[in-house]
Parts: sequence; structure tokens; C-alpha cells
Amino acid sequence: MVILQTLVKKFGIWVAYLAVLLLLPQLFDSILAISIYNQMAIAIVFALSYNMLLGQGGMLSFGHAVYFGMGGFLGVHTLLMIENESVYFSVMWVPFIGGLFGLLCALFIGSFSTRKAGTVFAMISLGIGELIAASSLIFVDFFGGEAGISGDRTFGPTFFGVDFAQNIQIYYLAAIWTFIATIFMYLFTQTPAGRMANAVRDNPIRAEFIGYSARRVRFISFCAAGLFAGVAGGLFALNYEFITEENLNAATSGRVLLMAYIGGLGYFIGPIIGAVLLTLMNTLLSTYTDLWLLYLGILFLLTVMFLPRGFAGFIMMHQVAWLRGRLTSLIKPYLITGLPALVFLLGVVTLIELIHTEDETLSIWGLSLTPASVPTWIVLIAITGAAFYGIRRSLPQLREAWHAANKPDGEGN
Amino acid sequence: MLDVLIFATLNGLVTGLLLFMLASGLTLIFSMMGVLNFAHASFYMLGAYFAYSLSLYFGFWTGLIFAPLIVGVLGALVERYGLRRVHQAGHVAELVFTFGLAFLIEEAVQFFWGRDTKSYQSPDVLNFALFTLFGQEFSAYRGFMIAISVGIFIGLYYVLTRSRVGIIIQAAITHPNTVANLGHNVPLIFMGVFGVGTALAGVAGVIAGPVLTTFPGMATVLGSIVFVIVVIGGLGSLAGAFIASLLIGLLQSFAIASDVGMEDLLDLFGISFPYDHALADLWGLTLPQVAPILPFLLLVLVLIFRPTGLMGKREE
Amino acid sequence: MAILSLKDVHKSFGITHIIRGVSLDIEQGEKHAIIGPNGAGKSTLYHLISGLYSVTSGTIELKGEEIQNKPPYEISRRGLARSFQVTNIFPRMSVFENVRCALLWSRGFRYSFWHLLGRQGELNDCAMEVLSQIGLLEKASFPAGELAYAQQRALELGITIASGAEVILLDEPVAGMSHSEAENAVQLIRQITEGKTLVMVEHDMNIVFDVADRISVLVYGEVIASDKPAAIRGNQRVQEAYLGEVATHA
Ligand SMILES: Nc1ncnc2c1ncn2[C@@H]1O[C@H](COP(=O)(O)OP(=O)(O)OP(=O)(O)O)[C@@H](O)[C@H]1O
Ligand SMILES: [Mg+2]
Repeated sequence: MVILQTLVKKFGIWVAYLAVLLLLPQLFDSILAISIYNQMAIAIVFALSYNMLLGQGGMLSFGHAVYFGMGGFLGVHTLLMIENESVYFSVMWVPFIGGLFGLLCALFIGSFSTRKAGTVFAMISLGIGELIAASSLIFVDFFGGEAGISGDRTFGPTFFGVDFAQNIQIYYLAAIWTFIATIFMYLFTQTPAGRMANAVRDNPIRAEFIGYSARRVRFISFCAAGLFAGVAGGLFALNYEFITEENLNAATSGRVLLMAYIGGLGYFIGPIIGAVLLTLMNTLLSTYTDLWLLYLGILFLLTVMFLPRGFAGFIMMHQVAWLRGRLTSLIKPYLITGLPALVFLLGVVTLIELIHTEDETLSIWGLSLTPASVPTWIVLIAITGAAFYGIRRSLPQLREAWHAANKPDGEGN
Repeated sequence: MLDVLIFATLNGLVTGLLLFMLASGLTLIFSMMGVLNFAHASFYMLGAYFAYSLSLYFGFWTGLIFAPLIVGVLGALVERYGLRRVHQAGHVAELVFTFGLAFLIEEAVQFFWGRDTKSYQSPDVLNFALFTLFGQEFSAYRGFMIAISVGIFIGLYYVLTRSRVGIIIQAAITHPNTVANLGHNVPLIFMGVFGVGTALAGVAGVIAGPVLTTFPGMATVLGSIVFVIVVIGGLGSLAGAFIASLLIGLLQSFAIASDVGMEDLLDLFGISFPYDHALADLWGLTLPQVAPILPFLLLVLVLIFRPTGLMGKREE
Repeated sequence: MAILSLKDVHKSFGITHIIRGVSLDIEQGEKHAIIGPNGAGKSTLYHLISGLYSVTSGTIELKGEEIQNKPPYEISRRGLARSFQVTNIFPRMSVFENVRCALLWSRGFRYSFWHLLGRQGELNDCAMEVLSQIGLLEKASFPAGELAYAQQRALELGITIASGAEVILLDEPVAGMSHSEAENAVQLIRQITEGKTLVMVEHDMNIVFDVADRISVLVYGEVIASDKPAAIRGNQRVQEAYLGEVATHA
């Protein structure tokens, strides 16, 4: 019984994670849902690998997509090789091959780029990223030029009869890979190299006085991040069966930075949250509005300004209040501010959409609005303005409640 | 041959000066606040778009004057309400903030002006050939670009070295605390420098818009190049940024103008390779093809072998 | 034979000559204090010994091997640890992690990414032991950056001594502490440097004369005297250069 309890305590979260991954298709099993799950799995591995750089190791990279893309390109080439029978193994190993190639690229590039952290590292990563993205249009044999390269995952030996032709099969495969990659990335944080990565992030100079070369520590994290980015790239190759230059350029590098940052860099779970959130925006929100990137940009800037530790950080902020048993005292003030905030948000979005639309009427939230009608605008602006006023009015109360909930026990007034 | 040489030099000069107009603002901002403004080229793009809209109603010259002003005010606001807030969280947060800003501005431009290319035109008065050499025309507008850039730099140099404000700014760059203790309002100076720096980018946008086309991707195209320049020149060094700007401008225009390729190079050493080889792409490379990656190659090499850049100060 | 030995060490920053030919021999097990006015170059000397700065000329030997111009981590691995005048810890990591990281190299973990730290019972016990020595056991899971100043100084000391280095360089370990805090810290320093070689920069003369077996006086980058405490107290040049005011106060 005791053993069972410790097992649950120690591994419960991992079992839950695996269960969620494996049970998701039971929840929704449409083609769209499965394709979204696949994208999430890829994004989770990619974002977690980015966190090894920035969150754990303090290296701000603007070129992390290089390792993702390289893994993906070799992944597709592997599919092609399986197809024309120059190699003989199941396609389920493609992410592994991708990872190896990501690692190889990281070994090479990291050997000189990890000398410094900070701005120099950021600039080198940017330069390399641009360099490789531009070269990919030159070296057509490997990268396939603008069109990219494509393969077919239905060849090669099956795995106990599973041929990975259907998306759902790929999803289960991706779920397993994601689970394994997540575990390994977590375990890495618990090793000397992983801990020293934190130390070097915090204070590279002091780290050298306790026996560690900051450069070597960075290099190891960098290689590990490259490895897992490559795994994500391999998963991408397997899922889409094609890959283009776009998957290793600056835009993709930027997107993974957004994911990790919005999710929360300081926490292991942060990038997972970010990956899920951004995938949902990318897939669902984009079907409702073609302005979703604008909203993403706003969300990102607001996160950087007001939630520097991301969504995960926002959740963790409540730990103190939770431990002191005062979390419930926050519910009311949250509602009082949250309600106008929600109205404000909806109002702003409606206004933005109204400006943007070129149709006669705009259907939104079940309403249909006419951009040409002046009263519509006046009412909308009035509501939004009132909501803003409501936020301003209620904010001091929220702040006060927050302080009260976080005050150490036994302190007066 | 001579004609190619001369025109490549002139075009390189135009590009180089334009790049320096961006790089100088970026460098000023960096040396003062220690933040590399990722969104700098986005202000350049805003300059072009504002000028385009203004030119529709009031003509080119109004745009030339007012667009940079608007951009400068926007820049100052960004510093005041955005950057200053993230400043406490450190340089990585600042860099990430400006990165997000660049992202947002690109989306906002598409929101307000649409995705298509705008037909932002140079003014009619400047639509003539300044001179003709070897049968090739050099347009008056390009001459005008050179004149404006040089004019601004002389003005900037004068303000920075001769005026009271300039001297305070120079002092604030190296000793912000001392300057604050002397009773100067350092945050205000920061805001001002950020505003002026972005306004400079705005000017660059206004005059580059008609030549380099005004479209939502124009910031991305130039942005990373400008980054390359300030890093190659040595972060915080105006002289270095100047040299690097011209260097990159000339490098690109020469690379594009020449038609030398890898094959010619290999021929020189008497080497030849089969065309059906797996690396055939490599042998077949020509200089115009690699022109876009040259700046980045240079950046990586400089960062590896001389991380402080050409004119940068000693390593910290 | 001296465990740490400096021979005619010079250091210039550009044209300013900061360390002007320092020669110093520190014996195994000695408690050595370096005193001198502000700006004399004491911290700079530490930076040279510990590898943060490269020397302009001269040699530094640790256990008979030249270590000048070697990177800090190599010097640290040879058994020399130092603390900093300005607190220099890992602010976002927990206090426990700070100390445990300081232990890793000396326990042979190197850059391992296959050992799980949670399972290294002996390592963790040892880290806890250090924490209890420096009195931070209760703060073990606190982020180091949120400790009070005196606690951060204690942690600074903990990081320095954790690895069990034979030679320990402390740079003003009690500066900025209240009287009682300083007393505790000195007690602690004495206890944890038992049997080891200690070099200490300190402005508080009571502590210096209390702890040190030998004192060197550094003025304008030169050692003007190096002797037993009693002899230093009586030294005319030292009185003039540095001790004068303190001595009259005392
Ligand atoms: N990196 C550097 N570049 C230039 N000058 C330096 C540098 N580091 C130290 N100095 C100068 O060297 C001199 C000695 O400084 P140091 O910090 O070693 O003095 P100190 O004896 O430790 O003084 P204190 O008792 O105040 O700590 C000072 O004048 C300082 O300005
Ligand atoms: Mg000192």
C-alpha cells in the first residue's frame, strides 16, 4: 500500500500525462482533431527543446528552427531511402534519425556559438539561422528549393502489423515519442549537466569558480536541445511527409520562442502549455479569423510586459496563497475585475474585426453587425469604454486582495 | 567593365548610406540603453507606410517631413510605456519584447494597409536622369537619397558633438548615474534618443519606400541586415556601423553585378568537377546567387573570430 | 614548501599599473590576512590568483604548479576556492541547489548527464551538512536571490567552502554585517577552515588580528610588509600607510 502511494506520488503526474496523450483521440476523433493532436505533439517536443536553451540555459536563440528543420529534412530523406529500399527499418524510427541529425548539427554549430551567452549568442543564432535558410534555397539536392521535398511513410517493414498509413496511427506513435522525449528532457534537468545549466544561466562567472567551464555547460545543453528539436523535426516529417525551407527559417524559430515564452520559461510545464495554446490558435482560431497572427502578436507582447513568467508563472503565482489557504478569497475580486476585462476583450476584438471586414455584415458571437452603421460603432465603443473604466475601477481592489492573500501569517493589519 | 564598376559602386553607396541611416539609430539606442532593438526596421517600414498615406493626400514632401515625426513619437511612446516596463526584467526580456514588437508591427501594417504592395512613388520633380554614363542612367532620386543621408549625418554629427544636448547624451551613454546626479532627467533623455533613433529609421523608410518597394515584408528584408551591420561594426560604435554599412552595401551590389561563379574560381586552380555529382549545386554557385547570404556569413565569421566587431570596444 | 606562491606578479589595465610586483609565499595550513587601503589592489590580486584576470607578468604557483592565466575552472579543480567581495551566487536557484552545484565537480560528477542528482544520497547529505554549518538549513528550498543580505553572505561562504578546497580565498567575508552577525561568521570561518589554508582580505582589524597567523599589507599594488601580527602592529611604515587611524582609534 505504501509502495503504491509513493509510486503514485512519484510517477502519478507522468502516468496522467501518458494517459492524457493516449486518451485524447477518445475525446475527439475527427480528422481535424487528430491532425491538431499531431501538431501539438510536435510543438510540445519542439518547445520543450527550446526551453532547454532559453529557460534552463539562458541562451536566447533566434535560430532554433535550424535543428528542427534539419531533423525534418533528414527525416524525409530517410522516408525516401526506406521507399527505395536503400535502408530497411520501420518508419517509426524516423524521429530518432531526425534527432541524431539535429544533434550532429548542434555539435558542429554549438562548438563555436556557445562561447558566450547573451547578445552575442543571440546574434550568432540569428546569423546561422538566416545563413542556413538562405542556403537551403541554393542547395537544391538536399533541400529541394522552394518546393521542399516530400516522401511517403507507407513503405518499409510494419511494426506488429501497424503500417502508419493513417493519421491516428501516427498520432499514437507521436504520443509515445513525445512522452519519451518529455521524460528524457525532464530527467536532463535533474542531472549535473542540467543543474549546472541553470547555474551558468544565473551566473556564468561564478560557475567557473566551482569548477565548471561555462562554455562546456552551454555546449551540452545546446546539443541536447538540438537533439530534441531534431526529434520534433522527425515527427514533423513523419506526420506531413514533406518539408520545406519554411520549417527552418526565422519565422519558425520565432514561433517556438513565442510558444515557450507565452507558456512560461521558468517552468518545465510552461512550454507544454504554450505549445498547446499556440497550436490551438494556429489551427482553430485561424479558421475563424485571418487576423489571428495579430491577436497572437498582441498576446505575446502583453505576456512579455505583464506576465514575464508566462501562463505557467501566472498559475504558480498563486502557490503562496494556496499554501496559506487563502486562494478562495481571491475568487470574488477576480470575478469583479475579470468580468469587465472579458467584456473589454470581446469589445476590442469586435471592433478590430469590424474595421477589418470587407463584407456588408459581420457575424460574430452570434450577432450580425453592419460596419456601415454608425450607431453600431457608437454602442460598441461605449461598451468597450465602459468595460475599460470597470477594469480601472476594480483593479485596486484586486491588488489589495492579492496582497492580503499573500501576506505571511501572523502579520498585523 | 568600368561601367559595371562605377554603377555597382554608386548603387552600393546608396544602399550603404540607407543602411547606415538605420544602423546609426540602432547603434545610438544600443549604446545608450544596452538593448538591441529588434523592431528597428519595423519603424523603418512604418515610415514608408505613413509617408505613402500622406503622399496620397499631400504629396511626397509632406510625407518626408511628417512621417518620420509620427514614427519618432510612436517610438518614444514604445520606450515610455513598453521598454521601460520590461527593462527591470533584464536584457533578454528587452530583446524578446522588441522581437514581439517587430512581429506585431508587421501584423498591424497588414491590418491597416493590407498585404499587397503599395505603389508609393518618388516625386515627379526627381524623375529624371541625373547623368548618363556608358549609356546607363543614374536617376536623380538616387542622387537625392545620397544627399539626404549625408545631410542628416552631418546634422547628427553636429548635434552630437557640438550641442549641449549632444554632450549630455554622450555623457549619459557612458555614465548614466553621474548624469542623473547632475540633475538631468535620464529617462527623458532615453525616451528622446529612442524617439530620434526611430525617427531616423522613419526617414530611411520614407526615402527607401519608392525604390525598394513598400510592402509588409520590407522590415524583415532589411531588419536582419541592419542587425548584421551593427554587430559587424562593433556594438555601440557609430564609426564601425558606418564602415560596416558601406561594406555591406558595396558587397551586395558588387556580388549582384558580377557574374563570377564557383566554376570560374575552380578553373583558376585548374580543377573541374563532374556535373552529375551530388554536390553539383556547390560547384555551380554564382556570386549573385550567394549575395543574400554573404552578410550572414560575414556576421558569423566576425562573431567567431572577433566578437567585438570591427570597431567595438574590448570584451567586457 | 609554500602551497601558494606569487613571484613578481604585475597587472596593468591599459596604462594603469595596479599590481606592481607582488611576491608572496603562503604556507600549507597558514591563516593569512591581506590588508590595505581601499583601491590597493586586494581584490585584483584575488582575481589574478583565481584566474578571472590574466597576469601581465610574473608567476603564480599552486602546490608547485604554475596556474597563472589558467581559466578559473581549472584553478578551482586544483583545489583553490574563493569568495567574492560583492555577493556572487546563483540567484534563481534554491539555496540547496547553490550548495549542491558547488559540490558537484569535487565529487567527480563532471558534466554527467546520466546521474540523477535526486539519487545521490551522499551528495545531498553533504549539501545539507554544509547548509547546517552556514545556518541556512531552514532556507534550503528558498530562491537564493530572495535571501537577506547576511544570509546571502553566508551562502557565498557556503559555495566557497563546499567543495572542500585546500586553499580558500575570502574577500571581505563579513563586510556589511552587523556586529553579532560578523562574530558568528568569524566563528564559522574558523571552524570550516580548520586544517586548511586560508587567505582573507578584511578591513576589520579586530578580526584580522584575531584570525591571522600572518599578515601582508598591500599598498598601491605593492606588499610593503608581510609578517606576524605583532610585528605588523609595530611596523612604522604600515602605521603610516594604513593602520595609523585605526590604531589611534583602538
Ligand atoms: N577591470 C579593471 N579595469 C581598470 N581598473 C581596474 C579594474 N579592476 C580594478 N581596477 C582598479 O584597480 C584598483 C584596485 O582595485 P581593487 O578592487 O583590487 O581594490 P581593493 O584593494 O580590493 O579595494 P577595496 O578595499 O575597496 O575592495 C582600483 O583603483 C580600481 O579602480
Ligand atoms: Mg576589494
